[in-house]
Amino acid sequence: MSKLAKVVSQDVKKCFGEVRALDGVSIEIEDGAFVVLLGPSGCGKTTFMRCISGLEELTDGKIYFDDKEISRLQPKDRNVAMVFQSYAVWPHMKVRENIAYPLKLKKFSKEEIEQKVKWAADLLNISELLSRYPSQLSGGQRQRVAVARAIVHRPEVLLMDEPLSNLDALLRVKMRSELKKLHEQLKVTTIYVTHDQVEAMTMGDKIAVMNSGRIIQYGTPEEIYKKPATAFVAGFIGSPQMNFFKCDVVEENGQQYAKFEHVRFKIPSRINNRSVIVGIRPENVSLEPPKGSDSITLEATVYFIERLMPETILHLDVGNAKSRITAKLPNDLVLPEGKKIEVFVSTESLHFFDAETEERIL
Amino acid sequence: MKIIYPLLFILIACFFLGPMFLAFVASITPASEFYDYSHIFPSRLTLEHINKLLFTLGGFRALIVSIEVALISIGISFALGIPAGYAIARYTFRGKDGVKLAMLFTRSLPLIVVAVSLVTVYMRLNLTDTALGVALAHAAMILPFVVIFTSSIFSSTFIEYEEAGMVFGLTRFGAFLRISLPLALPGLAASAIYGFIMSWNETFAASILSIQNRTLPAHILATAMASPDYFKYAMATVMAIPALIFIFIIRKYLISIWGISLK
Repeated sequence: MSKLAKVVSQDVKKCFGEVRALDGVSIEIEDGAFVVLLGPSGCGKTTFMRCISGLEELTDGKIYFDDKEISRLQPKDRNVAMVFQSYAVWPHMKVRENIAYPLKLKKFSKEEIEQKVKWAADLLNISELLSRYPSQLSGGQRQRVAVARAIVHRPEVLLMDEPLSNLDALLRVKMRSELKKLHEQLKVTTIYVTHDQVEAMTMGDKIAVMNSGRIIQYGTPEEIYKKPATAFVAGFIGSPQMNFFKCDVVEENGQQYAKFEHVRFKIPSRINNRSVIVGIRPENVSLEPPKGSDSITLEATVYFIERLMPETILHLDVGNAKSRITAKLPNDLVLPEGKKIEVFVSTESLHFFDAETEERIL
Repeated sequence: MKIIYPLLFILIACFFLGPMFLAFVASITPASEFYDYSHIFPSRLTLEHINKLLFTLGGFRALIVSIEVALISIGISFALGIPAGYAIARYTFRGKDGVKLAMLFTRSLPLIVVAVSLVTVYMRLNLTDTALGVALAHAAMILPFVVIFTSSIFSSTFIEYEEAGMVFGLTRFGAFLRISLPLALPGLAASAIYGFIMSWNETFAASILSIQNRTLPAHILATAMASPDYFKYAMATVMAIPALIFIFIIRKYLISIWGISLK
């Protein structure tokens, strides 16, 4: 069994000229964990990964593997491996040579190299491709070669940069579970970059949501879904996107409400904010009042209906300002467009964010 | 349209290849039939003129000098040009566009202008009439092309290949040497051949900078006027054949080394 490393980054900054790609990233990744860096394009997730690999030099800050600072080491001295988005399987070497190359550079003996290449090739199901050139492989096969090459020398940290984005949808789903199983077998500390929230939710032990060069929230997929730290995270995770209402806080008979036109969202505990953003996940909107809990009734007009079979997504106009919300219902349903209906949201499922900072209040 | 295009291509090909073909035929026509205008193609073919040109009239020696000059000038221009081309392909730096433009500007300066001033410098350095002297002048002519070619070759080899090399245990230079250079090799070979042909065909600087150790075109220029016509054609054939063969070998790289994408 090889050594696993805990990865710690302290206030890592990276500037490209005037542009601040990373604006103080601090994170502690437990050894053996599978952590996903998730964010929109340009949020700095790939740059951060490249800083960990050593392909980019830090402008400021420090990165440790366990207690050893590695921020100024060359990539080759860090014992990391990387799976590139374009796979970067060397075209002038056969598959066997590609996988063996990291071992060769680390001066393993011939017998050891042969044995380890066989092990990695078996693990990734590419044994029969070993004497082919990359140009003779499909995208999915090249991907497997890239992964085999990355794990063959048992790195302390495995980095993956959107490894599935160039595969077709079916293969992506298949590889998702395979990569996760592979991690369960190898237990190597893995950092996985993606902009796809489904990949993040299904693969990550933990997810670090990034935006504008910072980590906005770091937690388990469940925490991030149930208790998003900011309105940005709430909007980024979940499909369709969370519905937001910008509300003023009003008080009646000692009870605070967030008021949106004539709708009043009951605020469960006392807050000091003047205005808030109320968030409702589409899957928490239902056509019948929820049993056993307080709920809010919204009057809405059906604007458009998407029948996904068996799920249904309703696009609804609410209130005078014609705010459009979406509702995700678990069953198939037919409603005429323009029909006026009532929908219900349980008070417990409401998310409250500060209107200024967009940070979570409740 | 289906007929017009092939016809057009044949016409253009005849325009360029026709004179070459006639020169070739003339070069292997026996002297006795050369001025006989009653037929184009001679009754028998002979290698006599080419033979005589090469082995009696000093052509072979000049050919050796030509090859020597070409190899040295390719060596010099590649040693300097590959790192420069790599830098232009991989790094952004101040004045990069200016450097690229300046490279092209060197073409607006005829080599003959450089050659004249070079003679005076070479006299002081004892470089006149040496292969190295001519090669230096040719290297100056080839170098901008090598820089432009190699930068477009390296631009088309993905940087991720090198980065993967670095992550898996190579130094930056090692990644260049073991990953990018092998990948660039076909393109570099094509550039080398292109450089070879440029040096092979260059006449003026070679004529001015050498007296005894002349390259083949310089030798031909010096002797052509005094030779019978069929020798002139033999000279043309000897000059053209290596260039044609080489261009044929690298034809599919010619487009890629110029950095033109046909997609």
